[in-house]
Amino acid sequence: MSHSPPLPQASWSPPPPGDGSPKLRLATVWLAGCSGCHMAFLDLDEELFELAKRVDIVYSPLASDVKVYPEAVDVALVEGAVANSDNLALARSLRRRTGLVVSFGDCAISANVPGLRNLLGAPGAGSGGSAAAVLERGYVELADSQPGYPRAPGILPELLERVLPLHAVIPVDLWLPGCPPPAPRILALLQALLRGERPVQLGAAELQFG
Amino acid sequence: MGVITLSVNGAAVAVPSGATLLAACRSAGIALPTLCYLEGLSPVGACRLCLVELEGAGRPLAACVSEAAEGMVLRTDTPQLVNFRRMGVELFFAEGNHVCAICVANGCCELQDVAVAVGMDHSRFPYRYPQRSVDASHPLFSLDPNRCILCTRCVRACDELEGAHVWDVAERGSHCRIVAGLDQPWAEVEACTSCGQCVDACPTGALFRKDDTNVTSHPQRQRAALLQEARQRHSWRNQGPPPP
Amino acid sequence: MSKPAPARLRCCDASACRNAGGLALRQALLAARAAAGLQPTSLAIGAVGCLRLCGRGPLVAADGPGGSRLWGGLSPEQAALLVAAAWVDADPPLALASPQASPPASPPTPVPPASAPLASSSDPLASYRLDLSHPFFSLQQPVVLEHCGLIDPDCLDQALAHGAYSQLRRCVRQLTPEAVRQEVRRSGLRGRGGAGYPTGLKWDTVALQPPGPRLVVANGDEGDPGAFMDRTVLESDPHRLLEGLAIAAWAVGAERGYVYVRAEYPLAIARLRRALDQISQRGGFGVAFTGTPWPLRLELRVGAGAYVCGEETALLQSIEGGRGTPRPRPPYPAQRGLGGAPTLINNVETLAAIPPILRQGGDWYAAIGAGNQASADKPASGATTATLGSRGTKVFSLSGAVVHTGVVEVPLGMPLRTVVETMGGGVVGGAPVKAVQTGGPSGGCIPAALLDTALDYEAMASLGSMLGSGGMVVLGPHTAMPELARYFMGFCVEESCGKCLPCRAGTVQLAALLDRFVAGQAEAADLDRLEALCAMVKATSLCGLGQSAPNPVLATLRHFRPEYLAACREEPRWA
Repeated sequence: MSHSPPLPQASWSPPPPGDGSPKLRLATVWLAGCSGCHMAFLDLDEELFELAKRVDIVYSPLASDVKVYPEAVDVALVEGAVANSDNLALARSLRRRTGLVVSFGDCAISANVPGLRNLLGAPGAGSGGSAAAVLERGYVELADSQPGYPRAPGILPELLERVLPLHAVIPVDLWLPGCPPPAPRILALLQALLRGERPVQLGAAELQFG
Repeated sequence: MGVITLSVNGAAVAVPSGATLLAACRSAGIALPTLCYLEGLSPVGACRLCLVELEGAGRPLAACVSEAAEGMVLRTDTPQLVNFRRMGVELFFAEGNHVCAICVANGCCELQDVAVAVGMDHSRFPYRYPQRSVDASHPLFSLDPNRCILCTRCVRACDELEGAHVWDVAERGSHCRIVAGLDQPWAEVEACTSCGQCVDACPTGALFRKDDTNVTSHPQRQRAALLQEARQRHSWRNQGPPPP
Repeated sequence: MSKPAPARLRCCDASACRNAGGLALRQALLAARAAAGLQPTSLAIGAVGCLRLCGRGPLVAADGPGGSRLWGGLSPEQAALLVAAAWVDADPPLALASPQASPPASPPTPVPPASAPLASSSDPLASYRLDLSHPFFSLQQPVVLEHCGLIDPDCLDQALAHGAYSQLRRCVRQLTPEAVRQEVRRSGLRGRGGAGYPTGLKWDTVALQPPGPRLVVANGDEGDPGAFMDRTVLESDPHRLLEGLAIAAWAVGAERGYVYVRAEYPLAIARLRRALDQISQRGGFGVAFTGTPWPLRLELRVGAGAYVCGEETALLQSIEGGRGTPRPRPPYPAQRGLGGAPTLINNVETLAAIPPILRQGGDWYAAIGAGNQASADKPASGATTATLGSRGTKVFSLSGAVVHTGVVEVPLGMPLRTVVETMGGGVVGGAPVKAVQTGGPSGGCIPAALLDTALDYEAMASLGSMLGSGGMVVLGPHTAMPELARYFMGFCVEESCGKCLPCRAGTVQLAALLDRFVAGQAEAADLDRLEALCAMVKATSLCGLGQSAPNPVLATLRHFRPEYLAACREEPRWA
């Protein structure tokens, strides 16, 4: 089967440290998640300074004001599940523009807590949806006053019927579990990427969920 | 008692006759993953994670329910077995609602550990999100079937160790669920002695103590083995070292 | 009005014809006979077992001096015409073999080809007449079904008149258990439930266990969609099964046994129950049939709706009153079964073949059919199934898009094409056969191009299907194979007992994957995932249900892969 268009290839190869050669173009993306994975990223603390010498953060809720996902990104750390139309559009667009996509944390990997709203819909993957059910629960059943659905077409993105893990909507190259992944685990991944390891082999210690 | 020698992953192993393949592998230092198996309870061969390949056999064998025989040549680590085990763990995650982040057993869960052991970084199979309701009627314990993997350790612990047979499995296939008594709220089952052996046997957070918000000490999963041994030797060593 | 009994109407009273209105027709025939002033001695009207061509029911056969005739699809309003036709043809009177005659030396043909020309067009029932010389009937070789359609299944005397229990009597009074087993070994009979294990070897295994009690069990938990062979035997000739089971008990040294029948067969259950009552009223098997105090006791156990109870270890659990879940083998039931005792479990059809094998000899049976490459009397121990051959006859239930739906018993080794096209008449409307599904949810399918494959264990297995229990569903050109695979996977999802992970959760995921192909929304990666998961479920499931659940997918992938490829989207969604 060769229907799939080729994935973008990372043009970047690891430079020797400090020689002024191009840095790795890194994006961090926040979909349906609590931003805890990004907080854990900040837990890298002083390692962030080392990292800054080696990477350019080209898109991130933390360190960039860029609103449109740029072209030719080497690595994207994607936090969060795919829960609404904006998440889906961003996921698809980043896939087209990124060499290596990492599902960053349990929400991106398994839909995790955001995915719990899938329990409100009809059981069974792919059958039924939970969008109306979760709005009903949140904005009508549990409303203290003025129950009603939020509606602002074009401003508020529509909920998808089901919350999906990232790999359900785009091909993903690497998974880094954890809720959130602890900073040492993130560092191990980034260091492996900076060393140019492809494919990155994570040890057992890097894999625990939760 | 006779001794049987066999080969596991190329290494010669000697075990007492009557030993299982699982015992043989473990005595060879090979950590086969298991979920339904618990030392001290009768084996059922249901989780299919301890599969091994026996030279000359048509299909993999569940090591926990297969008896060792002289001259067997076993492999526990072929690419096929590694692949099957990882798929099995993915199927476990996909069939229930296993959300480690909000689970009382996060950090001391055998399913979580097995996922690490088989290198499961994500599930290729979509999660099913079954709708299951929690039974918190018991004053001390709760049953959260969302985290249940149907290993039936609780069923066997209650039946074989406590003799109460509070637990059993209802329905079939993917509708299977653990029920108390005649599908009653747990608290209404008079046979329950509140001994907690089911809770100690549970590999996940499906059965837990109500005063645990997060399991700080591991459940006493060795309890079944200790009890079995105590009954066989007619002496009790609790959790201390065996008597000299 | 006082003629000897020259004519007889045999009204099929098996499930299919009952569903088609057979009971009402029989009542109407009895009324029409009374209205015509005829006595039962002149025109006998009785219920019999299956007359084979189930799709044309209700079936009625008439025996008269001109031979036998068969009608199908008659309504009660036509009863008078049928009585007249049977009566007119019976005149002048001609002595017909009385049912009290000694059993025939060779299996009689229950519905022999019509020797008389078809009725003239003036016959108002002409369009309901069925041609008994049609290959559907004429190519059959009834052994298991030899009395099916001839005797009233509720009547022990009729069964006895056709020789029932004479072989049991001979075994108990004249043969040692070893001699009985030897005859079964010589016959080359293999388990008809699907696995094809050599019956004689199984009997030996049970018989040669250390001393102690043994049990026998007849497995009538026939649950494959499209399979109704055992039902036919049970509804048509229950004493045949009981005799086979009693002989098995003698041969392995058992004095207790069970007949396990699925709850979905109420008529079969009622008839078996009556048959067992008849025997206990006569003092039990020993007293009634062997004239000895042999204390054999057989009990009927009814399932509770779980397909998996056809798996032998689950069946044993169910008999013991437990949850119907399989357990790992070994130990096999032949070593450790009910209550820990060695237990022989055979399929209904297998056991029903035993009396004629003993009557005619194992060599006679082994000479029927193809696949006689292995020597018949060679002990089967050590032989692999590849050299066992396929001897004797097999009952198949033919259904689906085929013209002639019903039950056929043919010699093994007959080409599939003969059964499907010559006997079955091919697909309704003359469309080409696309494939034949065999073996139910455990089996696979044989594409039209391979219809010349012989119906034997090895040839079918080599094509990724299986001979199976005998269900044969003919598929017309419009059947979409991913949909067929999805149907069977849905069956396995519902019928998985839930004990082991691969079957409980794997079949659910396989069904979800197949849904994507059925909807035409699959991606290339789904095909890899489908095949990988099929391999996993097949290799790692605990019992035969899970181990064979992927077979319909694998077989349709093997023979109809382009249909799966066509269901894959060209572009992934993200691109």
